[in-house]
Amino acid sequence: MADDARSGILGTIRRAVEGQRDEAAARAAVADRLARHARNVIPLRAQLPPAQQVELFQRMAQAVGATVELVTDPARVPHMAADYLSNHNLPARVRVAPDPLLQSLPWDRRPMLEVAFGRATADDQTSLTTAVAGVAETGTLMLASGPDQATTLAFLPTNHVVLLPLSRLVGTYEEGWDMLRARGRGQPRTVNFVTGPSRTADIEQTPQVHAHGPGRLHILLLADM
Amino acid sequence: MRSTAHAFKENARTAMADPDLTKALTKFKTGFPLKRAQAVAALPEFEALRDAGKAIKDHTLAHLDLYLEVFEQNVRARGGHVHWARTAAEAKEIILRLCREAGAKMVTKGKSMVSEEVGLNTALEAEGLEVVETDLGEYILQIRKEAPSHIIAPALHLSKEQVADDFRRVHTHLASDRKLSEPADLLTEARVLLRDKFLNAEVGITGANFLIAETGSTVIVTNEGNGDLTQTLAKTHIVLTSIEKVVPTLEDASTLLRLLARSATGQEFSTYTTFSTGPRRADDLDGPEAFHVVLLDNGRSALLGTEMQEALRCIRCGACMNHCPVYHAVGGHAYGWVYPGPIGAVVDPALLGIAEARHLPNASTFCGRCESVCPVRIPLPKLMRLWREKEFEGKLSPPAQRWGLGVWAFVARRPGLYRLATGLGMRVLGMAGAKRGRFRSLPLAGAWTAARDFPAPAGKTFQELYKARRTGVHHG
Repeated sequence: MADDARSGILGTIRRAVEGQRDEAAARAAVADRLARHARNVIPLRAQLPPAQQVELFQRMAQAVGATVELVTDPARVPHMAADYLSNHNLPARVRVAPDPLLQSLPWDRRPMLEVAFGRATADDQTSLTTAVAGVAETGTLMLASGPDQATTLAFLPTNHVVLLPLSRLVGTYEEGWDMLRARGRGQPRTVNFVTGPSRTADIEQTPQVHAHGPGRLHILLLADM
Repeated sequence: MRSTAHAFKENARTAMADPDLTKALTKFKTGFPLKRAQAVAALPEFEALRDAGKAIKDHTLAHLDLYLEVFEQNVRARGGHVHWARTAAEAKEIILRLCREAGAKMVTKGKSMVSEEVGLNTALEAEGLEVVETDLGEYILQIRKEAPSHIIAPALHLSKEQVADDFRRVHTHLASDRKLSEPADLLTEARVLLRDKFLNAEVGITGANFLIAETGSTVIVTNEGNGDLTQTLAKTHIVLTSIEKVVPTLEDASTLLRLLARSATGQEFSTYTTFSTGPRRADDLDGPEAFHVVLLDNGRSALLGTEMQEALRCIRCGACMNHCPVYHAVGGHAYGWVYPGPIGAVVDPALLGIAEARHLPNASTFCGRCESVCPVRIPLPKLMRLWREKEFEGKLSPPAQRWGLGVWAFVARRPGLYRLATGLGMRVLGMAGAKRGRFRSLPLAGAWTAARDFPAPAGKTFQELYKARRTGVHHG
């Protein structure tokens, strides 16, 4: 039955399209499109010099309810994380993605801050991750699952803090895809585009933040260029 | 989902007499179009993106068999499985089997209109599974045993008081005097309750907004993050989707994503756009152990190569219904099936048959707003007109209507007779209504005059006035 369904569906499609195309040319067109993965229309808004790119990213992320802070020295990150937690009356605990950059931070300088690496559990209130890229066009973060990043970290905790090196800030989604392809590890199980904290307008079309994903998204832009 | 599309007229009458619904629709009809207009104004390339979106979909549909094969190949290369379903029954059978194989007792679900189309929940529940909708709107509808009334804002027809009543009725383990007066109270209660479901479900089922041939990825777009918890925490992730959702590359999907949120909710981008490719990798820290994609046809392939093929470009943004005066008046339930509004009026007859859904293409003023906002430029009024023609050819319209049209066509094809008949008609009506300038009631127009007056003609036809003006004969 399974094979019947497959050949049945593909057969119906072929009967409909075959008369309108040259078979060899069609196959070549498909192979070429997949190999070139050419860009289509790219908004001018996102084609900016780096300094303005940062400004655009910040403005777009804030417009959807994320908060953004600049950091020049990575050694400051443990302090900023700890201060962020105390400012929001949160327990001094953070679940951190086992990313080399995050593991290399001097966590021992804030001994009262409890740091655990790994995937998120249901009890974690705050997570810290990096991102493969930040996309200025819409203030979007691009996260990829792997041994250094767990998808649950972006969804289970109520507060998500992201450390984004400015060298990873790009204008468009397409540049983000190129950065991911350049890693040479293939397409990960999960790529998340995250734009602001979770929200819903399902009750009386009233916008509310904090649906199922985090209610707060805090982005630390790390000047590394 | 069982269709009541044949009863559109009765459904619409009931809907228009519902004050709660009218109130919700009043807010809806200004809110969504305004937000879309603002988002479009903020992106100068929007019209060019619409052309690009249409071109991507046209190219893909012309090579649909080839892209589906590449998609399947790439899902498999990443350790996932692809299942093909010709009909709703086959899709349900496949998913039931996968749930059994996964030893599932509880299934969480992300929002999926295709799952509404096949009636998945009923089928799973009949086998003893607990099925939990996790999108806030869908969850509310599930406990009310109702269908979505909009494809992206499924519970827009409800008031917060109605939702509060339902929560008190169903969440009996909570204090009965708790505060539920604000949307935030309701959201918090649902979030806490559903969190437990996410953590305990064996299978998570989502739909897909797009499928990407290049990588074998499925894409979901949400604001709540419920789809991500659904597909990340369960051991098995099943994607139920339909064949026309495939696009060639990540770049092509990115172009369509620039159109989707702006057209749908007027957001620059939805909060979460997720690309899922195969099950978790050996060194991944989380994610599902099994990944299945169910590709549903259910009548779509039969539209290829016909004039209706253009409807397969649809990316399900809902802009057409957000801008439709008929939808604004009657809401989504009146349409009687999964897809309401102008796209429903085109797709439902294709999937249900024109005999069942013949009223829907007639439920249009042909104002053209739907086509003017469609991100992939589907000529919705033209396609509705085609369905009307099929309805007429199939002799499905009532005899009186067919006879009336026949008389009109006979007269309209004879210019002399047409001028004589309309000229006579205008003079009679003009004389009869000369005093007031309007009619309170008029034979054969009771439906019109029941709610408003009918303006009396000036006594001359347009053609007569036009001729008089052309020849310089002015009438004092």
